[in-house]
Amino acid sequence: MSRELFRFKGGVHPPEHKAESTSRPIHAAPLPKKLVIPLRQHIGNPAKPVVEVGERVLKGQMIAAADGYISTAVHASSSGTVAAIDLQPVPHISGLPDLCITIETDGRDEWVAHAPLDYQAMESPQLRMQLRDLGLAGLGGAVFPSAVKLDPGASHACPTLIINGGECEPWITCDDMLMRHHADEILQGVAIMRHLLGSTEILVGIEDNKPEALDSMRSAAAKLDFAVEVVKVPARYPGGGAKQMIETLTGKQVPSGKLSTDIGIQVFNVGTSYALARAIHHGEPLISRLVTVTGHVLRPQNFEVLIGTPMHTLITLAGDRDGTTGVLMGGPMMGVPVPNLDVPVVKATNCILVKSKELFPPLPKALPCIRCTRCADACPAELQPQELFRFAKAGDFGRAQEYHLFDCIECGCCSYVCPSHIPLVDFYRYAKGEIWAREKDKRAADLARERHEFRQFRQEREKKEKAEKLAAKAQAKRAELAAVPAAEGAAVSDADAKKALIAAALARAQAKKTDTAPKNVDQLTPEQLHQIEEIEARRTKIRELARKPLESEEKKP
Amino acid sequence: MASPFILDRTSVTQVMAWVLAALLPGIATYVWLFGPGILVTLSLATVTALAAEAAMLKARGYPAKPFLADLSAIVTAWLLALSLPSLAPWWLIITGTLFAIVVAKHLYGGLGQNIFNPAMVGYAVLIVSFPVQMTHWAGPNELTSVHLTLAQSATVIFGGDVPRTTLDAVTMATPLDALRTGLLQQLTVDEVMTHPIFGHYGGVGFEWLAGAFLLGGLLLWALRIISWQVPLAFLAGIWLTAGFLNFYDAGRFGPPWFHLFAPSVMLGAFFIATDPVSGATTPRGKLVFGLGAGFLTMAIRTWGGFPDGVAFAILLMNLCVPLIDQYTQPRIYGGADKEPRT
Repeated sequence: MSRELFRFKGGVHPPEHKAESTSRPIHAAPLPKKLVIPLRQHIGNPAKPVVEVGERVLKGQMIAAADGYISTAVHASSSGTVAAIDLQPVPHISGLPDLCITIETDGRDEWVAHAPLDYQAMESPQLRMQLRDLGLAGLGGAVFPSAVKLDPGASHACPTLIINGGECEPWITCDDMLMRHHADEILQGVAIMRHLLGSTEILVGIEDNKPEALDSMRSAAAKLDFAVEVVKVPARYPGGGAKQMIETLTGKQVPSGKLSTDIGIQVFNVGTSYALARAIHHGEPLISRLVTVTGHVLRPQNFEVLIGTPMHTLITLAGDRDGTTGVLMGGPMMGVPVPNLDVPVVKATNCILVKSKELFPPLPKALPCIRCTRCADACPAELQPQELFRFAKAGDFGRAQEYHLFDCIECGCCSYVCPSHIPLVDFYRYAKGEIWAREKDKRAADLARERHEFRQFRQEREKKEKAEKLAAKAQAKRAELAAVPAAEGAAVSDADAKKALIAAALARAQAKKTDTAPKNVDQLTPEQLHQIEEIEARRTKIRELARKPLESEEKKP
Repeated sequence: MASPFILDRTSVTQVMAWVLAALLPGIATYVWLFGPGILVTLSLATVTALAAEAAMLKARGYPAKPFLADLSAIVTAWLLALSLPSLAPWWLIITGTLFAIVVAKHLYGGLGQNIFNPAMVGYAVLIVSFPVQMTHWAGPNELTSVHLTLAQSATVIFGGDVPRTTLDAVTMATPLDALRTGLLQQLTVDEVMTHPIFGHYGGVGFEWLAGAFLLGGLLLWALRIISWQVPLAFLAGIWLTAGFLNFYDAGRFGPPWFHLFAPSVMLGAFFIATDPVSGATTPRGKLVFGLGAGFLTMAIRTWGGFPDGVAFAILLMNLCVPLIDQYTQPRIYGGADKEPRT
């Protein structure tokens, strides 16, 4: 009996290039002399450093703490000394450097005290805080803090848990290798997820181009005391995307602008599940991961790599070759070019793909769009990429948004199939960036306007309050003055009352004037007086000069 | 440069090359059944189109090589040539091709920018301006007493000295023309169809030509170069309209199979209405576009001033494309069933 599968729309079949890196066993990459550990390796707030330069740290010691709910901690991947906390190049689409903690390793690889957690005895919120402090984030690529995803919330039950072993990107095999060799640990992680989410249905989706992983996961699942269905899904990019995996396995679509938990489904990558098991059963924070090093190298393979290891050491290990034309972090469909090879492996690094002219020929020049709609046929978000392109190119961002620009997942299928070789995704990124920038500007302008309006309101209010206060005071005075003659038994006219009022006010003002007159000039030495005179003279002169028109102005008619 | 870093092998050139390849069965049938004259027309249109394309690219400051290599000009030339009477004079071919490439394509912004199908604009200009010359159709070999060689055809096309009697022996009215003229003479459909030009479904020879275009079209569909929606909807539009009319009064309106098995219909359904640049892009939009073009073709054939209406029908539907696309936007992944606001 096999499960009924559903077909998500669109998708492409790029050459897989998986076999290159699966023939060699997983190697542990050696300890580098220097580890560069970025503080922003996850979605959300970057972690806050809790160590100082010069401090000795142990392997697994927290070196930066989670900052807020959507954040996660960062740990030392090995023992050594904190050499710097500064901006370093990191593998990020922006190409900008980011705050990193650099550790000079001492080669002893000395662990901090750590112990397994008895998760079943712990309260869920407390357990999630622990996971946040252990630095867990999604290893499928999005690196969303796992602790947040493991919170089903008050209203959301999460009956279905999907473990994503799709790994649809060409060249990448780290999930495949992990499933082949660590199926039991992955499923241990699944048990913890099930415990936290209260899931009743657990599905593991694996693309049919990974038969060894399927076998390994199936035999591991058979040993469990709860049901885990390991499902073979057809290999089609981007079938390993969370939304696509959900549709393939359940036939459900995540409503636009909502989360999968809104329809009772949560998805985790197999690597995340493995890391979770290591964290709970060994107390190990997330300090290493599997990384595929492939492409234009002599020995494409998977390495167990400490977070913070410079990428060039891995390429050297895999055997670098002449004719390298660049390096990508991730696969050819969604990977990002790395600015240089000193950048570290981070939690999101699933693959280091070395390019060459033969493997990745330069893309041909773009021709005009002929509206053939191959992109629309390939789009898994079921958008009309040709229309989005037209609007983005014309700068009509409003229309682009109406045509659901923000539902684009940037999977690259449209660019891949385009017979005119138009870099469509670049246009969507540009349009999204412009819209964000404009919204930011608009928010800033709105804020400024609100402030200005409030200031005006405040000034008006103060004026009014002052006037009311004065009026009340005047009223009181008038009543007081009226009371005195009344007591004397003589009628006082209004005009007299007013006169008296003015006289009183003048007297008050006079008193105030004498009160506030500068007292520090009363008893001055002659020297000081002289100085004051000089200053006054200079000021007068300056004032006169300022009043005189400039020469250049005089010349003008 | 950002992701993706790989591309599928398909290119515009490849797409256009497949379209040309898919026309070959039709062209071969044409030569076999109507004589080799079409080869002269095709060659002349091709040369004119390439020259016009190169000149326009130069004038507009575009590099000639990538755009000439995309083969789109040749596709336009062939589609126009196949729509013209096979013995149309040389200046007619050149005028139509120039109009298609210079005005309909490049003055609208070149590849990908033309609102109207260039070949159909060229055809429309010719049939409106030179209706008489547009009737120089060679009859099928099966029915004509004289068969022109390639050289003789070239002589006719280039206005050389050909005896009037030879020309009269070669040209004859197309089946659609014959039906139209007959009906105008108050004959019934059955009476008109006794004319030898009418074959099993369409006209003698013409039905085979239609079949060959259909074959090429199915090849394009099998290769996923065209989608099924436009041709199927176009043929359905013709068949339903013709069927309804024929059912209403079989004496005054031709049978649906006859209307369907015209070469112009098959060429239009699979090669012209499917032009992505000037056609609708959404799946439902393609259905609307095809149905509309089919209906309009029949309307023009039945009530219009021309024997055939494929060109005008497609041009009219080209006009409606922005509207059709806007109101047929499909539902997106995880989205509600709603088009974007206007």
